[in-house]
Amino acid sequence: MLSIHNLSVSVAGNPILNGLTLDIPAGEVHAIMGPNGAGKSTLSYALAGRPGYEVTGGTATLNGEDLLALNASQRAAKGVFLSFQYPTEIPGVPALTFLRTALNAQHRARGEPEVAAPAFLKLVRAKAAELKIEFEMLKRGLNVGFSGGEKKRMEIMQMSVLSPKLAILDETDSGLDIDALRIVSEGVNAMRSPDRAMLVITHYQRLLDYIRPDRVHVLSAGKIVASGGPELALDLEREGYDRYARAA
Amino acid sequence: MTVHSPSLARAIETGDLTELPSRRDEAWRWTDLRGLLRALPPKSAATDESFAGPFDKLKASNLDIVNGGGGAIAVPAGEHEIWRVVFGANAEAGTHLNTLEVDVAEGASLLLLETYLGDDTAYVADTAVAIRLARGANIERLVVSEDGAGAVSVSIATVSLAADSRFAQTVMTTGARRQRLETRIAHPGAGAMVRMDGVYLLAGQRHADITTVVDHTGPGGDTDQMIKGVVSDQARGVFQGRIVVAHGADQTNAKMKHDALVLSDQAEVDAKPELEIYADDVSCTHGNTIGALDQEAMFYAAQRGIPEDAARAMLTRAFVETVVDRIENAAAREVERGWIAARLGVAP
Repeated sequence: MLSIHNLSVSVAGNPILNGLTLDIPAGEVHAIMGPNGAGKSTLSYALAGRPGYEVTGGTATLNGEDLLALNASQRAAKGVFLSFQYPTEIPGVPALTFLRTALNAQHRARGEPEVAAPAFLKLVRAKAAELKIEFEMLKRGLNVGFSGGEKKRMEIMQMSVLSPKLAILDETDSGLDIDALRIVSEGVNAMRSPDRAMLVITHYQRLLDYIRPDRVHVLSAGKIVASGGPELALDLEREGYDRYARAA
Repeated sequence: MTVHSPSLARAIETGDLTELPSRRDEAWRWTDLRGLLRALPPKSAATDESFAGPFDKLKASNLDIVNGGGGAIAVPAGEHEIWRVVFGANAEAGTHLNTLEVDVAEGASLLLLETYLGDDTAYVADTAVAIRLARGANIERLVVSEDGAGAVSVSIATVSLAADSRFAQTVMTTGARRQRLETRIAHPGAGAMVRMDGVYLLAGQRHADITTVVDHTGPGGDTDQMIKGVVSDQARGVFQGRIVVAHGADQTNAKMKHDALVLSDQAEVDAKPELEIYADDVSCTHGNTIGALDQEAMFYAAQRGIPEDAARAMLTRAFVETVVDRIENAAAREVERGWIAARLGVAP
C-alpha cells in the first residue's frame, strides 16, 4: 500500500533522510524505531507534505499514486493521516468546526457527498465516547488548553473520523501516562483494518506492548538499517541503539 | 492663536484644497488626502435611492442619508431605541457632506446601526457624527463600512460622555480608495465606560485608517479597546490609537490592543498606539502585534485535508472573531458574524 523507495529529504539544505526504502502492505502495522536525530519525524513530515521538507531523491507512492507530486491537503484527501507528536493549538476554531471542515474538504476533493451536520455529530459523539473525550471539549478551540494526553486522544479521534488509508503515528506515546497510553492504543488498534496501513514511529518499545507491529524497522542516520519481527523491538530495548549508530 | 487642523469637511465647504490633510500633518501622515485629490468632484446630486445593507433584517427605525445631508436622533430619558442609519453614495455621487446628531438622555439607551454604503464610483464623502450621552445613558454603536473601491471617505465621530454613561463601539470596514474612520471621545471618568473595538478586512488596493482618541479628564473611568486587522494584496491598514489620561484622572483603567495579520508581501499595516499619562494612580496597558498567519496551524489544517485558501479563511475568521464576540446585542452580533464570514468566504 505504502511504497517508499530510496527517499532522500533535506531540511534547510541539510540532508536528513538518505535513501530510505520501506514497504507497508495493506493491513499491516509497521513500527519505526530509532535514536533521536535519526530522521523519524522528518520521514513523517516528508510523507505528509510539510513545506520545507525538500525531497531530493526517490519515490513515495500510496496505492501506486505518487504522493510527492501532491500538496499536504491533497495527500490528506488521498488518505494520508499524520498524528502529530506535538498537535498544534488553533485558538478560536472549535474542534468540531475544524474536524467537520476537514472531513467535508476531503469528501469534496474525492468527489464524495458532504456529511450533513446531524450525521457528523452522531459520528463524533460515538468516537469521542470511545476515547473518553468530553463532548464539551470539542466546542472549545482545538487543542487550546488541552493536556498532552487530551491532545493525543484528540488526534486519534480525528484519525478515526477521517478514516485514512495510511495512518502515521509520530511519537504518539510521548507525554502519555499509562492510562492515556492504553486508551490511545485501544483507539489505534480499533482502526486496524485489511485496507489500511499504519506506520508507528516511536523512540521506546513501550508503545509496542500495546500496539503490536507486524514489522519493526530501525532508522539510523536517515535510512533503514535493520528490519525484523516484533522481537526486534525487544532487542533494541535491551541493547540500545548504539550498534546501529555505529553501523550507519 | 488657534492651531490649524486640516479637514476634508472644510475643504469641501470652501473648495480650498489646501485645507485637505496631507502627509505633513502628523495625525494624517498615513492617510494623505492632499496628495491624492487634485480636484474635488462636483457636488453630489440629490437622490431618494435606498440601499440594501447588512442590518436590514433587524427591527429598527430608519434614517437614510444619501449623497449628503443631515439627520438627528434624540432618545428621551429612560427610553430604549434602535436606529439604523445609512450613509449612502450612489452613481450620482460626487462630493458631499453628511452630518448626524445623536443625543441620548439620562438613563436612556440606543443601539445605533450605522452603515456606509457606496458604489465603485470615485465619490468623496465626509461624515461628521456628534454623539452626546447624558448621565447613565448607554449606546452601542455598530459601524459597518462598505464604501466603494474608488471612494475617498472620512467619518469623524465626536463623543461626549457623562457620569456613569457607557459608550460601546464596534467598527467593521473593508476600506475604500482612502478611508478614515475616526472616533474622539471626551471621557469624564466618573464611572463612565468606553469600549471601542474594530475590524478592518482589506484586499486589493484598499486603505482603511482607524483612528481613535480618548481623553480621560476625570478620575474613575474605563476604556477598553480591541482592534484587529487583516490585509492582503496591496492593501494598507492604519491604526492610530491615543489614550490621554489627564493630571488628576486617577483610577483610570485603560486597555488598548491592536493585532494585525499581513497576508501578502505587498500589504502594509502602520500602527501608532499611544498612551499619554499625566496621572499617577492608573492602570493602562497597550499591546500591538503585526504578523503573518501561524504556519504551524496552516500545515496542521492542510494535513487534515483543508486546502490552503479555506485554512487561511478559517484561521483569519478565528482571529477576528474575538472582536465580534464582544458585541453586546445578540441579533446584531450574529449579523456581524455573518458579514465577516461572507467577506472571508467561509460558512457562517
